[in-house]
Amino acid sequence: MSVWGQEFFHNALLAGTFIALASGLVGYFLVLRAQVFTGDALSHVAFTGAMAALAAGWDLRLGLFVGCVGAGLMLAGIGRRGRADDVVIGSAFVWILGLGSFFLTLYTTSRSGADVGNAGTSVLFGSIFGLSGGQTLVAVLVAAGITAVVLLIARPLLFATLDEAVAAARGVPVKLLGLVFLALVGACAGEATQAVGSLLLLGLLAAPAGAALRLTHRPYAGMALSAGLAVVEMWAGLALSAMVTSLPPSFSIMAAATAVYAVAWAVSGRTRRSGAALAR
Amino acid sequence: MNVAFSWNLVADFQQMWSFPFMVNAFRAGAVVAVVAGAIGWFMVLRRQSFAGHTLGVVAFPGASFATLAGISTGFGYFGFCLAAALVIALLRREGRDAGAEESAATGVVQAFLLACGFLFIALYKGLLSGPEAILFGSFLGITTGQVLQLALVGAAVLAVLAVIGRPLLFASVDPQVAAARGVPVRGLSIAFLLLLGAATAEAAQITGSLLVFALLVLPAATAQVLTARPGLSLLLTLLLGFGTTWAGLVAAWYWPYPLGFFVTTFAFGGYLLAHALVQVAARTSLRRAVA
Repeated sequence: MSVWGQEFFHNALLAGTFIALASGLVGYFLVLRAQVFTGDALSHVAFTGAMAALAAGWDLRLGLFVGCVGAGLMLAGIGRRGRADDVVIGSAFVWILGLGSFFLTLYTTSRSGADVGNAGTSVLFGSIFGLSGGQTLVAVLVAAGITAVVLLIARPLLFATLDEAVAAARGVPVKLLGLVFLALVGACAGEATQAVGSLLLLGLLAAPAGAALRLTHRPYAGMALSAGLAVVEMWAGLALSAMVTSLPPSFSIMAAATAVYAVAWAVSGRTRRSGAALAR
Repeated sequence: MNVAFSWNLVADFQQMWSFPFMVNAFRAGAVVAVVAGAIGWFMVLRRQSFAGHTLGVVAFPGASFATLAGISTGFGYFGFCLAAALVIALLRREGRDAGAEESAATGVVQAFLLACGFLFIALYKGLLSGPEAILFGSFLGITTGQVLQLALVGAAVLAVLAVIGRPLLFASVDPQVAAARGVPVRGLSIAFLLLLGAATAEAAQITGSLLVFALLVLPAATAQVLTARPGLSLLLTLLLGFGTTWAGLVAAWYWPYPLGFFVTTFAFGGYLLAHALVQVAARTSLRRAVA
């Protein structure tokens, strides 16, 4: 029996599509606002949140979302104008990560069973093929919600990102937008952790967005391209893992994302060089 | 092992050091803390935290690749970290138009290499209890040969750093003026990233690939909060790194929780304490000035 007809593959495809859509959109703004490092920090908070919830005996996703959104709001709060210094971010998240390793030990030494040994690995590297029907539904709904909010605030957020001072002068609530945006990044990190794991979600956020920014400078086209690329990369990765079963899906998705980014990098490098030659 | 911390430090250390592997752990910890502290001090000054974190993370695929290929993990650590340092250094020139794209590139490199590490682990399927040991570190089973290797590489890194230290400080604080005065800013930047790669490869063998960053950033950030004088804060960084690592080792010996958790907690506690101290000092001096 082939993988294509199995229920777990359908769940993965459905959840993956929506998660990729949300990640592509949020990632575009993340790269544009030069907050990739913040995304990196939130991805590590995701691990600690999930581990803390498991150690306390709660649903893993509760810890994921509460941890990520809370950390996003905190990072927005401590930074001036909604942006924190990278040394402060680094200091905070490395401690949170250490706390995560504490919860991991707490969890693995207090419980027993096959699931327990794999819990750390599956949070760190994702297990999209292991999503149940109910988990898929929640993932789809949350991702759709994130997408809707991003599209709703896209215009003012874009304005505030590209020219903060002018936007503030024109009455755009810059600080509030920064706060909402980081909460969205947190929610998105919680989502993506279920698909590719907390260590790899940075690729899902940064790679499609980085490629889109290299290919076009028009903001709305870039947003659409970033989301589209993310979804295509997700599909390509899932298909690759379905065909070559020894490849973990998280790796295939990252490999597809990296390949697309490398192509975009090469293409944009060539057009830039030929453009410079023409200008001469 | 049913041992309790007695607050009698001499007796405690005598007991811990009666085990050869513990002696090696303390030696390795000291080497790693000093090297990572010195490099981290420059990293914080140059605001290259993201690059430092990425290089630390690269240690994970390095170690898992070495395990899969059946070669010594030391080669995996140093090979991958130095190669990634070179890649990041070369990608930097490309990002002349936007810092945002450069950080996206760093992020993609990081995520892809982590995914590769996961693939190597998945392909290995051998006697490996999972990726946690590589990610979060283990101080058990460090051999005397490993300590010697760490010490040699660490001494080499520190020697190079001592040679390029002065121009690097100049180039870090004011790159434009340094370039105008004929300091090879770009060459120094590449050299520094390579040193950062070597230091993370060292430290990752003890702290694990995810928590190297703690030894790089926290002591340096704490010292730079406390004092602005370069020489003093560098010295403070080394002492803080050394102190937190040894305190972490002692704690990890007596309580059944991972070393990484103790080291990061002590270091972060020190960082918060430093901030509080500076705040209090500023307020009292303000009050004195008003009075």
